[in-house]
Amino acid sequence: MSEDQHITEVAGTGVPIPGDDIDTDQILPARFMKEVTFDNMAEYLFYDARRDDDGGERSDGSRASSDDESDGEFNDHPLNRFEGASIAVVNTNFGCGSSREHAPQAMMRWGVDGVVGESFAEIFADNCKSLGIPAITAGHEDVVALQEWIEANPDGEVEIDVEKETVTYGETVIHGEVDDAMQEALVDGIWDTTALMYSNLSKVERTAAELPYIEAA
Amino acid sequence: MSEHTLYDTVWENHKVTELPNGQDQLFVGLHLIHEVTSPQAFAMLEEREHEVAFPDRNFATTDHIAPTEAEKRERPLSDGESEEMLSALERNVGEHGITYFGFESGKQGITHVVAPELGLTQPGMTVACGDSHTATHGAFGSIGVGVGTSQIRDILATGCIAADKQQVRHIEVEGTLGEGVYAKDIILKIIQKLGVDGGVGHVYEYGGPAIRELEMEGRLAVCNMSIEGGARAGYINPDETTYEYLRGREYVPEGEAFEQRKEYWESIKSGEDAVYDDVVTIDVDGMDPLVTWGINPGQVIELSEPVPAPEDFGARTDREAAERALEHMELEPGQSMLGYNVDVAFLGTCTNGRVSDFEVAAEVLEDRQISNDVRALAVPGSETVREQCEQRGLDEVFIEAGFQWRRAGCSMCLAMNDDSLEGNEVCASSSNRNFIGRQGSKGGRTVLMSPAMVAAAAVEGEVTDARRFLSDDARTVSPTDVEEVAD
Ligand code: SF4
Repeated sequence: MSEDQHITEVAGTGVPIPGDDIDTDQILPARFMKEVTFDNMAEYLFYDARRDDDGGERSDGSRASSDDESDGEFNDHPLNRFEGASIAVVNTNFGCGSSREHAPQAMMRWGVDGVVGESFAEIFADNCKSLGIPAITAGHEDVVALQEWIEANPDGEVEIDVEKETVTYGETVIHGEVDDAMQEALVDGIWDTTALMYSNLSKVERTAAELPYIEAA
Repeated sequence: MSEHTLYDTVWENHKVTELPNGQDQLFVGLHLIHEVTSPQAFAMLEEREHEVAFPDRNFATTDHIAPTEAEKRERPLSDGESEEMLSALERNVGEHGITYFGFESGKQGITHVVAPELGLTQPGMTVACGDSHTATHGAFGSIGVGVGTSQIRDILATGCIAADKQQVRHIEVEGTLGEGVYAKDIILKIIQKLGVDGGVGHVYEYGGPAIRELEMEGRLAVCNMSIEGGARAGYINPDETTYEYLRGREYVPEGEAFEQRKEYWESIKSGEDAVYDDVVTIDVDGMDPLVTWGINPGQVIELSEPVPAPEDFGARTDREAAERALEHMELEPGQSMLGYNVDVAFLGTCTNGRVSDFEVAAEVLEDRQISNDVRALAVPGSETVREQCEQRGLDEVFIEAGFQWRRAGCSMCLAMNDDSLEGNEVCASSSNRNFIGRQGSKGGRTVLMSPAMVAAAAVEGEVTDARRFLSDDARTVSPTDVEEVAD
């Protein structure tokens, strides 16, 4: 990956994912984490919520797994209705619970390039930053209005401006907030922290050597 | 901003430099690896042709997918995906020279159980793991943070994470725990008071007489659930209890070296002059055991409290969450949780899967039988825990009572192995999350509680006050007491 991946704005049609405290177990159920790559994660995004009640569970009560053919029927979950969307719009404490990067990976692979929400769980926001997905927070009323607007305008464009910290749709501009570290990382194109920190390796060695619990190499 | 707290000192000691994005580059003193979140990180590392920067500071084991039935641990594992994950882990740690505690080692188990008991976790360290419950390690006065897979790649390649410093909230826990009330109840109480997102932007420093009284295993349970309160980390300043626990453990130096190490441990404690961003006091005098009634760990009540009504909550989000919870749990406001039917009893996990947890559960189960309608699993947090329990004959108490005595792993905490709830079963669980679907069934219902309460629920086939099984003169609560409160 290069260091010049500046992300200043992301845009596209929206998908509302309403609900507070949506945890990563709902976003990406644990049973689909049994794969050694993230390649197929989009298929498992909100797996249970996107299928009818008996979805994911066979008549004998056993559970569907990723290689199971007898998946439940798709229901009217927004992810089923807003195929092709790029901007997810969520409510409070989105992505709480497990630290699994599988959750934002699945969203990214499904097509999400940016998220607007009332608030995000911290590890989830950190994971988004690692993946170069801007996560912007806005007030309750603004977020709900945007969710309603998307329902009425499924083909309408929603744009997140990371620098200006705004979300624009139709005639409306919402002023939101992007965490400072995320903003700088995305705008300056330095969200790939491995490359950044790798260049300080000799300093790392000095810090480590000062710690009494690190055996001298 | 906080000053002179353990968090500030440990942070400063591990800070390499400030990054251009305003974050700090922080050295990770101990990195724990398991099979679920690491394979993609190793793949990214190889893609970039990086080596592991500090192989000696990385330790791996397998927990999430580990089968807990002895015969299912034969390789290759019968589940193809699990086998693939396990082989990938073995290959990665082998290629990069990382110490691995596999099934054969006798030390395999949940990362957050294994590292403390081997003495890998020590005061004044930074600990990271691709798992949100890394907060557990804070029990020693270390800073434990859960990280995502991209950050695991960062740690492998550079020994560091890019991190934002949080605010420090000191939680002073006053009073004395009554008989049959445990560390698990303290942390559930804290989450009840401060909420599941009350800790966002903070780390929690736990202190006060009730915390000082706890043994290390209890402290581990408290710090473990910091993340359920929204805090990124939680810690307890080290003291003699910490040092005595560490003495003689495999990865802890001995003799003179121990004393030197102890000087460092003493040097990182929050000072008398520590400044906190926030201080909260909680009194646990007279507190009854807690159980969850809902679908997040903050939806929790003492046994003497009735299930709340949505309108009892001030915030709109809490009211809506309460409505969803009542519906999923099939509960009515004002009801007591005592008598709530239980189908499954699950003992174990990184919260409550340690020797003292099984000891107290065994105390309840001694000379008793579990209900015929209950399926009960005792899953040690590590093989070391299992061995120690077996040496004390605890396995027999569980088996005679009707529990299945299993091998170590995460098991039904998140059901990535074969252990899972079915349909809408209700599980009395010593784990840390009661999210819908968490235990492997979308309709499944989880009631979080202490190990003693799980054992008692297994005996009665319903939620019951475990204290009546523990002592003749302990305070107990019955459903009629709760109705009085409700009126
Ligand atoms: S026991 Fe549960 S919470 Fe702990 S590491 Fe395993 S899955 Fe996570």
